[in-house]
Amino acid sequence: MTDRVATTLGLYPLPDWAKDELSNLKGHQKADLVDGSEGPEVRAAYERVREDLIDDQREAGLDRVVEGQGRWDDWLAHPLAVHEGVETGGIVRYYDNNNFYRDPRVVDELTPDGDVAAELDAATGLLNEGDSLQAVLPGPYTLAELATDEHYGDEADFLAAIAEFLAAEVEALPPHETLFLLDPSLVTDSPEDDANERVSDAVDTVAAATDADVVLQSYWGAHAEKTYAHLMDADFDAFGFDFVAGDRDAHLYNVTEFGTKDDVSLGLVDGQNTAVESPETVAERIDWVTEQVPSQTFDTVYATPNTELAYLPVSTYREKLSVLADGVDLAPETEVSA
Amino acid sequence: MARDATNREQFRPDDHEHEHFLLTSVVGSYPKPTWLNRADDLAADSDSAFDEDDLEEAHDDAARLITEEHERTGLDTVVDGEMRRNEMVEFFAERIDGYEFNGPVKVWGHNYFDKPSVVEEVEYDEPWLVDEFEFTDSVAERPVKVPITGPYTLANWAFDEHYGDSEALAYDLADLVNEEIEKLVEAGARYIQIDEPALATTPDDHAIVGGCLERIVDGVPDEVRVGVHVCYGDYSRIYPELNEFPVDEVDLELCNDDYEQIETFADGEFAPDLALGVVDAHAAEVESVAEIKENIRQGLKVVPPEKLTVSPDCGLKLLPREAAYQKTENLVTAAREVEAELDAGEIEVPVSTPPADD
Repeated sequence: MTDRVATTLGLYPLPDWAKDELSNLKGHQKADLVDGSEGPEVRAAYERVREDLIDDQREAGLDRVVEGQGRWDDWLAHPLAVHEGVETGGIVRYYDNNNFYRDPRVVDELTPDGDVAAELDAATGLLNEGDSLQAVLPGPYTLAELATDEHYGDEADFLAAIAEFLAAEVEALPPHETLFLLDPSLVTDSPEDDANERVSDAVDTVAAATDADVVLQSYWGAHAEKTYAHLMDADFDAFGFDFVAGDRDAHLYNVTEFGTKDDVSLGLVDGQNTAVESPETVAERIDWVTEQVPSQTFDTVYATPNTELAYLPVSTYREKLSVLADGVDLAPETEVSA
Repeated sequence: MARDATNREQFRPDDHEHEHFLLTSVVGSYPKPTWLNRADDLAADSDSAFDEDDLEEAHDDAARLITEEHERTGLDTVVDGEMRRNEMVEFFAERIDGYEFNGPVKVWGHNYFDKPSVVEEVEYDEPWLVDEFEFTDSVAERPVKVPITGPYTLANWAFDEHYGDSEALAYDLADLVNEEIEKLVEAGARYIQIDEPALATTPDDHAIVGGCLERIVDGVPDEVRVGVHVCYGDYSRIYPELNEFPVDEVDLELCNDDYEQIETFADGEFAPDLALGVVDAHAAEVESVAEIKENIRQGLKVVPPEKLTVSPDCGLKLLPREAAYQKTENLVTAAREVEAELDAGEIEVPVSTPPADD
């Protein structure tokens, strides 16, 4: 039997009231973004944001609950942007999007700081019985690619330090059912040659820090063969593939050539377009992908948007949460025959 | 291929004191006076007696105020600070048939915009900017520059629910921009700036932007100066390709990262005029005249003085108004001082980068 799980990649849009309230409290300039030392009013606003974002997921009927990461002003660079060993520089473009983050310049040792754990502790306090918490962090390669190293001085050492830092953050997390590591850079800026093995080791380091199921999700493209082959050596539970903006044939080629993990995560709903898919479309896409991999019966299929959801207006984001949950309900747990 | 950029001379003021002329300009937006934001709120409130006519009068007052504020800084070419515009995509999407709105989305930090969705074929309805230009031109002593959000950005910074092909959408929009420029030129506009920040998000699409610009300048007389503004990107991915753009001037944000990317362009082959960002649009600290002079010298690594325009990195609307004013005034002062030094032969051009251990 294949377990079908409707979930998301976190990083939700702020509710519209919070957009206004927080921009008034914090301001609009580079220096006004979250740095880990927010005052009581800002903290209180983010607490209400967290409640809203968890309510949204509960109302939609998702199978995993994320904290929603309303505080992540700097997108996936957030865990570094708030770190005391990091100075934030100029604003830089976030991948090929009309979005920006502050360049995190790592100037000192990346000691664990528990910023993400504090958010998930707060989220845990808001869960109902039966809710399953899902943690979301950047993958080590992506976090290293988004940052500028001014301390370690060597690419390999820097990646290893980022992986150790993330592993320590994961160890500090409250109990969670699933950990999603978001790693778009793996496909937008593939590691070169020897770096592939180091990247695989780095993922291993982070994944080993939790007993939860670990999904390594990439988007905006497909893995280069060599990257994929090396990642197959790392011990995690599911690859996440972008079936909206990525090249589906390339995904299926990699899966056929190199095999895949026991679970799989499918980015099926467009996180960057207001056109709302129907639940039937989601169900059909799940079936289509699983049919393309006849050699394998997955233990778990995660159905997700292809990206973070902070690109969308609030109304569309909420619709997309429901579409995922309803789509998974339409695709019942069935034996996928080999 | 660049157009005939000698049209910059028409913007040299009659009383310009120096032989050299570094054209000073702004990218466009400027902080709104606080009362204008209140006026916008009042007009949106159905219980208020403040109506659309009152709002138009408020917009006129603000446009006059900022145009005159620009003139007081000594700028050679001025803008009304985009007082009538809410946001660079929203403003145009509201005027073009085919767009609808679903709510604000984040750009960065707490900066949002009402990112529209294209739900059917785009069509030209009524003029977008002719009234704005005619008013500003009537109150300005100096020539007025007209910033227009470019078709590539209008296409890519919207959710496309209809075309499924952003290139086709961009070309359709480029034809609409061309139609608008024709009306602006008829009304007397001589300096048009096409804002294409989206090119920096998807730099591999430079050929599409080039194709859009070909459509945009089709039939536009040579004496009309046409520039394109790009900001916050990895410019090595659009250079030297941008040399092929059919424009007089390319305006680039370079101050924000302290000219880290200037060498990308310093190959002696930069074809259009360079409009160089010399003050940071996202840091409230005002650069000194001395600092800005150093920044201007960075531009002289790329082009000779007769091809250099000086402007802020980007629109200044997010700054406190005093900071925006002081940055602009310092920019003009710095440009005039550099001109004097060029006249006196005190600056060797092209400026070269000293060795790092110098």
